[in-house]
Amino acid sequence: MEHDFAKGVEELGRQIDSRIASYFSSCVHCGLCAEACLFYTETGDPRYTPIYKLEPMRRLWKEQHTFWGKFAVKLGLSKPLTEQDFADWEELVYDSCTMCGRCSMVCPVGNDIAYMIRKEREGFSTAGYSPVGMQEATHRALTIGSPMGVTLKTLKAALAHVEKDTGLKIPMDQQGADYMTLFSSMEIVNFPEYIESVARIFDAAGVSWTISSEAFEATNSGIQIGSHEAAGELVSRVVNAAESLGVKFVISPECGHAYSAIRWEGPNLIGRPYKFEIIHILELLDQLQKDGRLQLSGHTDTPLTFHDPCQIVRRGGVVGPPRDLLGKVASGFVEMADHGTMNWCCGGGGGVSANERAEELRLKVFDRKRKQLEELGVKTMVTACANCRIVLEEGIEDREMDVEVIGLTELVAEYLTTKSAQ
Amino acid sequence: MIGQLIDGPLWYFSLAVFCLGVLFRFFTILRAGLKPDLAIPRAGGAAGALRNLFTRFVPRRDVATRGRLTLVAGYLFHLGLFALLFFARPHVDFYAERITGFDWPALPYWAFIISAEIAFIGLLLLWLHRLLHPVTRLLSTADDHIGTGLVFLVMLTGCLALAQSFEPLRLLHLFLAELLLIYFPFSSLMHTFTFVFSRGYTGAIMGRKGVNA
Repeated sequence: MEHDFAKGVEELGRQIDSRIASYFSSCVHCGLCAEACLFYTETGDPRYTPIYKLEPMRRLWKEQHTFWGKFAVKLGLSKPLTEQDFADWEELVYDSCTMCGRCSMVCPVGNDIAYMIRKEREGFSTAGYSPVGMQEATHRALTIGSPMGVTLKTLKAALAHVEKDTGLKIPMDQQGADYMTLFSSMEIVNFPEYIESVARIFDAAGVSWTISSEAFEATNSGIQIGSHEAAGELVSRVVNAAESLGVKFVISPECGHAYSAIRWEGPNLIGRPYKFEIIHILELLDQLQKDGRLQLSGHTDTPLTFHDPCQIVRRGGVVGPPRDLLGKVASGFVEMADHGTMNWCCGGGGGVSANERAEELRLKVFDRKRKQLEELGVKTMVTACANCRIVLEEGIEDREMDVEVIGLTELVAEYLTTKSAQ
Repeated sequence: MIGQLIDGPLWYFSLAVFCLGVLFRFFTILRAGLKPDLAIPRAGGAAGALRNLFTRFVPRRDVATRGRLTLVAGYLFHLGLFALLFFARPHVDFYAERITGFDWPALPYWAFIISAEIAFIGLLLLWLHRLLHPVTRLLSTADDHIGTGLVFLVMLTGCLALAQSFEPLRLLHLFLAELLLIYFPFSSLMHTFTFVFSRGYTGAIMGRKGVNA
């Protein structure tokens, strides 16, 4: 990606659409968004107030879209954005925002601040003011096909283990299958048990599925760093693979922003609707279970709670399915006080976990989740996002807590009625 | 002479600036443009927009606790101001004579006093919070203080004019209200109208995703 400050400012200006113009017009600087942001609540630093992170974009909006702003420019009284402003705000825009969108839920005038940050990052990344870790992840995604450097060989090695452990054949490049499954690099490398669970569930439910050797990666670093070009390219790869295989559905895995990217931003990034549908793995499992194709037997009595991945639940709309599934397999399921669309983020979404510079801050704001868990007193937390899971596990380790984190798909697979038992 | 100017030409001028300015602001928002959302929606955007327009009047539980002062003061100020603006007897008569041609039931004097007290308490609390809290102090611009100050002065002179029945005070109140009308479209006071856009846009996009925003 080419980096240029002037182009960054130009890009930032291009991102100001009617939504953003209405948001800046409506903001009365009440500061309530701060109370919804874990970066403010856990540090008390007013600079982490969500709307303050938009200050460079607000100044540009004022200059270009308001009477006083234009008047000041004409008189030479306006202070244009400088590279120093970008340098000063880079940490606020990337390190202290996971684009979880909790602030967007509480703004009295209805400003979608997460959307604004997503747009502001477009200007910052074009200007070259983005974290090195995220730049490298995006580069790897574009050149290797995965932000973590996972290649097809790595996937095949992981699949070989799954095939050996399950005795199942994992379908690859199967023309005309109903479903094409995506995985995140994090699942392939850190949580291959997710792949195994998917294989076992689909086999039991008789799902016609496949993996594409051309596009198996769900993670979209372009969305995180704020590059519509990179994001569009990554979405296109999936779309091309799915359309050439002729599948009816593409399954988004247990990865939050991957779902947001492919389900909600994807068609807008490539400029057309898909010829197939996107379904999140939890939606599919819930649907299979309701259709009677996914037979479950038994349940755990262990008291446990569910950490809602922001991009799947609050920003993605998959609110009911995880709860329906948990209701079937966990009798001890209890909700945290703030849950569902008002959950608290793990602290590592939106590329923050890929940003080494942000590690100390990320671990500090994990205190919000720690308090939630201690309030509830449970020792098991289920989630449905590989990135949340690794971030939560690191936080738990850092705070020396005795809490286990498990994936929901794995939990469901654990109570699968096997064919022999049917 | 000055009284005639305030009561006549300046009133019509300020009203014209207000109306044209507000329309211009709507135009600048719409002119920025919005690409259509090509993702297949789960539910209708219009229903989401309409729902969000009203549900945001009720604060979320967590923020209602953490931001209690802002919320309580905000409600006091806006409700008090609404009652004064549209139901104070002199205002009802003024609108009937100058704009609508008909009147409607006005607040009794005691209700006017209560509304004014509520609005003043709310406004002063919000202003103090703006000046003293680290977050609002960092966010606030000159525009926020000018807008608040003008509204405060208009309310103060309005109450004094009604209590004292003193013509120069009425003229001062009207003059300040005219200044406010002229300033309004170019300031953050525009949230009075633009909140419909911001809540609507967010409600529509979240509604399409199936999220009750």
